[in-house]
Amino acid sequence: MAVLEIDTVHKNFGGFVAINDVSFALEEGETHAIIGPNGAGKTTFFNLITGHLQPDHGSVTFDGRAITGMAPHRIVKLGLARSFQRINIYPRMSVFENVQVALIARDAMHFKLFTLGAALNRDETSELLALVGLGDEANEVAGELAYGKQKQLELAIALAANPKVLLLDEPTAGMSPQETAESIRLIEQITVARGLTLLFTEHDMGVVFGIADRISVLHHGVIIASGKPDEVRNDEEVRRVYLGGSSHAAA
Amino acid sequence: MVMPRGTAIVVVLVLAGLLLVPVLGSNYLVDLSTEILIYMLFALSLNVLIGYSGNVSFGHAAYFAIGGYTCAILLTTYEWPLLLAFPAAVLLSGLAAAFVGYFCVKLTDIYFAMLTLAFAMFVWAVAFKWRDMTGGDDGFVGVTVPALIDGRVPYFYFTLVVVSISIALLWVICHSAFGRTLVAVRENRTRAGFVGVNTRAMRHVAFVVAGTFAGIAGALLAMYNHGMYVESAFWTESAQVLIMTLLGGMYSFFGPAMGAALLYLLNVFTIQYTEYWPTVQGVILLIILLFVPEGVVGLGQKIRQQLAKAD
Repeated sequence: MAVLEIDTVHKNFGGFVAINDVSFALEEGETHAIIGPNGAGKTTFFNLITGHLQPDHGSVTFDGRAITGMAPHRIVKLGLARSFQRINIYPRMSVFENVQVALIARDAMHFKLFTLGAALNRDETSELLALVGLGDEANEVAGELAYGKQKQLELAIALAANPKVLLLDEPTAGMSPQETAESIRLIEQITVARGLTLLFTEHDMGVVFGIADRISVLHHGVIIASGKPDEVRNDEEVRRVYLGGSSHAAA
Repeated sequence: MVMPRGTAIVVVLVLAGLLLVPVLGSNYLVDLSTEILIYMLFALSLNVLIGYSGNVSFGHAAYFAIGGYTCAILLTTYEWPLLLAFPAAVLLSGLAAAFVGYFCVKLTDIYFAMLTLAFAMFVWAVAFKWRDMTGGDDGFVGVTVPALIDGRVPYFYFTLVVVSISIALLWVICHSAFGRTLVAVRENRTRAGFVGVNTRAMRHVAFVVAGTFAGIAGALLAMYNHGMYVESAFWTESAQVLIMTLLGGMYSFFGPAMGAALLYLLNVFTIQYTEYWPTVQGVILLIILLFVPEGVVGLGQKIRQQLAKAD
């Protein structure tokens, strides 16, 4: 059953067609990768799903409910959380607080003016930080963490919303090959352990074959192929796009 | 959450010192302390907006003035008892902030700031022109203050109690689940939205809290002066409380209170020698912005860190 359905969604930026009538279905429980060269429209696609951008036309349905045009904070509450390609944390707050605030929001405690905040969700915050490997950095200032650790923090913040479906926008962007491999392994573990449906983007094809159940290839705002990793790998057009125009060759 | 020990000790010492002020026998000192307490509350109320939510207001005097005028008019013109007039004045400040805030939080940054200024100028214009009600530019003079607190020392203690309770409430609000989330909204509005926080509503609530507590400060000032004057609604008053907040340090809860005391004392000290207080104020603002952007509290922290390193 499709938990997330995108129907002929279109987005135009002043004449430039970023997403061109894309239809797409995410099946419950699957790990689905969206790949495509830089500039293919992956981030725009995520922004359209999560309410950051409004589509020109088309609809987004999550869990049987139309979410097109809904504000991001309401979409999160329905169980659809995301991380960002560019680091998007609270740089001057501690690592601990970064995650704790997400839990406060999940529990709808953020309008409690007379409930002291520091003691809220302490254990769960620590558990989440340990889960993503930031157990020792809880008290550090988030903006001063190493890049890779900030990426892990992104993941912890997204997980704190306790989502049913998690969208990760290039979770390994800017990481070394070794960090990438570790990060992908971690994401895979968490996805399985929490029974998450995962949709993630990646510009490097090689990264995704190990963990994706299905892969969709986005190119110039159009999904040119979608299917099991082997099918996609052997697709004529995918080979042409990747081998022809990009340095990231098919694995 | 408990207050850090050092801070708690300072708070207790300041409170104890203030309780003893009337014992010293100086009328001047009692007056000065009353005035400073009122401005401390005013500056702390503004910092909910500036320091905690990250929205700079150029029109915070509006709520200060609404609180002051409402309290003065209800007590005097309508002869309401204090126990009704005071809460009504605070309520009206909060409602005004809720109304203005509704429009302001649709905007951000400089547009937000300019809209707060525009509404504040409107409040000033009403106070100026509505002569029958407010006394216009002559001011609203001869405020009836209940006999129980009408006197230098009783009024000082009244102010001390009201300001202490207000600051305690503000402290709780700033350290609440709401306060923590508000800092996240300040730090990264986009991210906060994507963890499920309605950031506009958060900023709106912060606006109302700030306006409400400014109203308390304004009501206290009206009774202290036995009058309310249009200057309290003017943009220079908004600018002064903004400078107090920045001078003390907006990233610390108590910083603005310290800034209020410092600027007030500097003012009192300076006007003995020169009539160019606005110039002095300008120079102070320049120094803060150029050299100590995090205020006196931030400077203190930096010095302490340097000393710790040197050890």
